[in-house]
Amino acid sequence: MAEPQIFNRHNRTLAAYAIGFAVFLYVPILFIPLFSLNSGLYQRFPMDGITLGWYAQLFTRGPVFDALQNSLQVGLSVALLSTVLAVPAAKALSRAVLPGKRPITGFVMLPLVVPGLVFGVALLVVISRLGVPLSLYTVALGHVVVCLPFAISILLPRFEGANRSLEEASADLGENGWWTFWRVTFPNILPGVVASLLLTFTVSFDEFIMAFFLSGTDATLPMYIWTQLRFPQSFPSLLALSSLILVASFALVFLSLWFARMGRTDTSLVSR
Amino acid sequence: MISIRNVTKSFGRVQAVRDVSLQIRAGEFFSLLGASGSGKTTLLRMLAGFEAVTSGSIVIDGQAMESVPPHNRPINMVFQNYAIFPHLNVRDNIAYGLRRLNIPKPKQAEMVDEMLGLIALPGYGDRRANQLSGGQMQRVALARALILKPKVLLLDEPLGALDKQLREQMQLELRLLQQRLGITFVLVTHDQEEALTLSDRIAVMAQGAVVQVDTPTGLYERPQNRTVAAFIGTMNFFDAVVHRQGMPEVQVQGLGRRRLNGQDGGRPDGTAATVAIRPENLTLHSTQPGPGAVEGVVQAQQYLGGRQMLHVAIPGRTTPVAVAIQGPGDAFISSLSPGQNVWLTWKDDAVLLLDAG
Repeated sequence: MAEPQIFNRHNRTLAAYAIGFAVFLYVPILFIPLFSLNSGLYQRFPMDGITLGWYAQLFTRGPVFDALQNSLQVGLSVALLSTVLAVPAAKALSRAVLPGKRPITGFVMLPLVVPGLVFGVALLVVISRLGVPLSLYTVALGHVVVCLPFAISILLPRFEGANRSLEEASADLGENGWWTFWRVTFPNILPGVVASLLLTFTVSFDEFIMAFFLSGTDATLPMYIWTQLRFPQSFPSLLALSSLILVASFALVFLSLWFARMGRTDTSLVSR
Repeated sequence: MISIRNVTKSFGRVQAVRDVSLQIRAGEFFSLLGASGSGKTTLLRMLAGFEAVTSGSIVIDGQAMESVPPHNRPINMVFQNYAIFPHLNVRDNIAYGLRRLNIPKPKQAEMVDEMLGLIALPGYGDRRANQLSGGQMQRVALARALILKPKVLLLDEPLGALDKQLREQMQLELRLLQQRLGITFVLVTHDQEEALTLSDRIAVMAQGAVVQVDTPTGLYERPQNRTVAAFIGTMNFFDAVVHRQGMPEVQVQGLGRRRLNGQDGGRPDGTAATVAIRPENLTLHSTQPGPGAVEGVVQAQQYLGGRQMLHVAIPGRTTPVAVAIQGPGDAFISSLSPGQNVWLTWKDDAVLLLDAG
């Protein structure tokens, strides 16, 4: 018999804890797709029957498509804008000889921990003081604030993991900073850029509080769900809609994380 | 070709390079040799333009380099880890620097093919960086730099990552390539053997300063101080004191009085000094061959392939004296075993007198 390995030993208490943790986190969410298939109007056990009718009903609702279109527009612009802004920011935070780099990084990451409510109210105050009418543009602005830290936290390790001497080699071979960025840096951070686009799109697509404060007459999808919650008869189809959003978000985040890790082990082969 | 004048580089309070002045000639294979932290890589990076000089000046081919960024310098570099672009294949890696030169595509392809031939990797053009071995990456890095026909090629420990056999093969290839192309090579290495076999001239660096600049033979046979003597090859050091009454002599710890044949450099009477003798300049005898011989006891035998090293303990000295014997040695040498008494002799000319330290 081999020596007992303390750290690899199967630990029943920990395993039970882990299972309990996962149950607590995800089982409530699983009720949403489950009841979206319930033929009855009320969410209770035993279920009245299985149906896809609520999903079919979604397609007959015009406002759902309007809201979906709004969310897609906002999501795509926010993904593009926050990623474009995050690339030079992440480059500066990882490369530049910058006094106070750590506090600056912390400051940039602040929206992750500042309550959305606070940020939403603050932006609303500023925007209305400036006399800017609320619209999808102001929603997008709020979402960029929320999404920037996500984009930067995805891109920063990409820059830090990248091999500095590749950029030096490019300079040595006669390319200036601009061309070096496009010919060497960008191809090497590309998976991170794709990951950032996917993640920021998902965050924007699912975001509610900023949209609640900053949207005008056009509602995003979460806003639409919020306004429809008052009507019990529309609740089952909202569950169907939520299930679809849930699946799409999971898929996008999973894909994003996969891109974020892609090629990371390859570059270590030639890194310092 | 390269003129380095009083160059100093400080990182905060640390002086990585101190007041270095060097002249590197056109077509020369020049090496910067030193242990890690000796400032050799920093100096090379200043030549490439990746580090700014704190004070002093660098002139390459008659042009001052202060305000010239790396991408405009007439030099190219082979990086320590090769820095092959992982997202490009071998062809695109080699052709990387050609974009700026406005060379038509067919001509570019021709140049790349020529380079692939030069580095003996024809048919490897479509491979990716991660499909190459260390030696192959090394060659691609060379081709990528040489295709631009630089006036100076900088090499930062280019062979450090290779195993011994490949390293020796690449050393030979590098030397032949440099002689064929006539380009000035500046090599950074911590491997004294590599520097000795490759270079026309070597600058030995220690603690940020250049200790000695000389040919390989010069460094080996006439080291100017103990640092250089200890760094290049094996050396036996003895503490000594200069005596000038009558014949110029030196009192050597463990060896007694020895005559000096003008090696003293005019050191006054009573100066503490170091006597250095190469292991191959010592001769072993089974019996006392005459006056001046020193008796010792064989402590250990080291077989090194083409030669062997005997370590002989002598009275009045803590470290044994190393004696090198070329080839298998005669019957007497092969009969030696630890614990045996032997006698050591050497020619007066083989003694180097250095500053104490």
